[in-house]
Amino acid sequence: MNIKSQKDFFSGLMFMVVGVAFAWGASNYTIGTGARMGPGYFPLALGVLLTVLGGIITFKALVVETVDGDKIGAFAWKPLIFIILANLVFGAMIGGLPRIHLPPMGLIVGIYALTFIASLAGDRFNFKEAIVLASILAVLSYLAFIKLLNLQFPVWPAFLTA
Amino acid sequence: MDLFNNLALGFGVAFTLQNLMYAFIGCLLGTVIGVLPGIGPLATIAMLLPATYALPPVAALIMLAGIYYGAQYGGSTTAILVNLPGESSSVVTVIDGYQMARNGRAGPALAAAGMGSFFAGCVGTLILAAFAAPLTELAFKFGPAEYFSLMILGLIGAVVLASGSLIKAIAMIVLGLLLGMAGTDVNSGVARYSFDIPELTDGIGFIVIAMGVFGYGEIISNLGKHESERQVFTANVTGLMPTKEDFRRMVPAVLRGTALGSLLGILPGGGAVMAAFAAYTLEKKTRLEPGEVPFGKGNIRGVAAPEAANNAGAQTSFIPLLTLGIPPNAVMALMVGAMTIHNIQPGPQVMTSNPELFWGLIASMWLGNLMLIILNLPLIGIWIKLLSVPYRWLFPSIVLFCAIGVYSTNNSTFDIWMVAIFGVIGYLFIKLGTEPAPLLLGFILGPMMEEYLRRALLLSRGDWSVFVTRPISAGLLAGAVLLLVIVLMPSVKSKREEAFVDD
Repeated sequence: MNIKSQKDFFSGLMFMVVGVAFAWGASNYTIGTGARMGPGYFPLALGVLLTVLGGIITFKALVVETVDGDKIGAFAWKPLIFIILANLVFGAMIGGLPRIHLPPMGLIVGIYALTFIASLAGDRFNFKEAIVLASILAVLSYLAFIKLLNLQFPVWPAFLTA
Repeated sequence: MDLFNNLALGFGVAFTLQNLMYAFIGCLLGTVIGVLPGIGPLATIAMLLPATYALPPVAALIMLAGIYYGAQYGGSTTAILVNLPGESSSVVTVIDGYQMARNGRAGPALAAAGMGSFFAGCVGTLILAAFAAPLTELAFKFGPAEYFSLMILGLIGAVVLASGSLIKAIAMIVLGLLLGMAGTDVNSGVARYSFDIPELTDGIGFIVIAMGVFGYGEIISNLGKHESERQVFTANVTGLMPTKEDFRRMVPAVLRGTALGSLLGILPGGGAVMAAFAAYTLEKKTRLEPGEVPFGKGNIRGVAAPEAANNAGAQTSFIPLLTLGIPPNAVMALMVGAMTIHNIQPGPQVMTSNPELFWGLIASMWLGNLMLIILNLPLIGIWIKLLSVPYRWLFPSIVLFCAIGVYSTNNSTFDIWMVAIFGVIGYLFIKLGTEPAPLLLGFILGPMMEEYLRRALLLSRGDWSVFVTRPISAGLLAGAVLLLVIVLMPSVKSKREEAFVDD
């Protein structure tokens, strides 16, 4: 068996897996009939449809020739990890993590943390530059979101304001 | 004349100092973000949407329309100056626009794009105002079967006119529809696909999907490329005004582009992209005058026509949204989400129950266009400066704005966790070569489609033939089938692949 288009082969697989998962999930709800649709009717139909579409895509990827094999290419792990991590840490700073007794640290700390971690995703990391950028972003965000737009954010760490 | 009375009402609303200011801020912000390379209108609107939360609904929509036009305008600026199409509809602008910029004629190219867009925008607004009322009448004749068929037509139209593999795009729509199923089912009260997580019983937020997939996914993919691939060439801009010769060539091109764009924009599926392609093809078919630069080498008509077409199409694509409540493309889907956040259910009832909002929005679209031309063309120097901001400063800021925007939607950190998941999924989509825009469209339409299907079949007692025995519904479905057949015809298929080869 020869994969002619890597991208299509794996996207087809993805659609099939997701389709089956949704259809299987839908079968736990009442399906009902056409005239009286239960909550499972439409998702079940869509899940089956997605699985079929995924199957066709995968099949085509095995049969139809492509010029360069449509390689997926290497995953950019570094940006992927740091960007997502920056986002998660920001969330933890804003909301705190009660499970590990981390109090909310507020927007300003969050901005510094996010900027630092996100900057690590780039080709070059410059500590001084990251500090300057974070400070600019912190001031601008404070003025724009807190002062001007009045968004409800915890700004400072909880132990300082409490 | 009803039309003029309505427009007068609209301008009355739009011309308050407060609303003018919001239109201005929207245009400005939209351009600032939209001009940044690699950020299309979709990501721009998603990112700036939270900025409108605190405003009254009319002002918020006016500002959003401003953001939309600003983002589009910013996108064409980036296309012309750095050879980076921020969105698929400026793909053709790049061809001649960038060549003009390289020949030192970036100024006239930008002016041609701006003026062409403005003229097209004026015509588009008039068409929108003229057709809105009769189409709304029609919309009240629509039953659930018709709405369901219309959505099928819209979704098929959206993928047919989009780029890339057809079947993958359809699969993405279905995936979007399925994601839209998560949350509490309105009829039975069953929480579907919520895994006992309380936040998920309200469904997945569309902001979360839009920002995760379009914001984070794009950034990660951009950072994964080698530095040289995002090299930015900044052209020098000297002299903004096109010459008399330029004007003479531009005017007919703009007229042709506007006509094509207005026509294709009304079609479900949001013809902005197709309009730009069609307009460019049409210009290429016309004979070159003696001494005129050939297409692909920096012909001003190659900038003016597609830009006019794409703006006219963008304008008229508001028609299905405002009259039927059905978003024809992903940007409009985002507008639906924005409207629902402000407690406005888009659809025919908006015009009757909320005429100030409806006509005010239409008037402010025209104002937005005007502001873009009188404010943004002179400010072009600033936009160019923005283009030279290094990407290593840009992307942490974008990540931050996405995170703040997501959090402020519900003031909940749960959304931040969700956007992380969708960021990973978005990157996966890019790696697998699947276009994410149809997913967003499907996501917005999912619950609506289910509801209309349910009602249609309830009324027909489970008889599926209701979709083909009711004439309007049958006509809409026939249109969808026809579209598919046309695209799958071998001759059209090869042309379509050719047209999108630069994507």
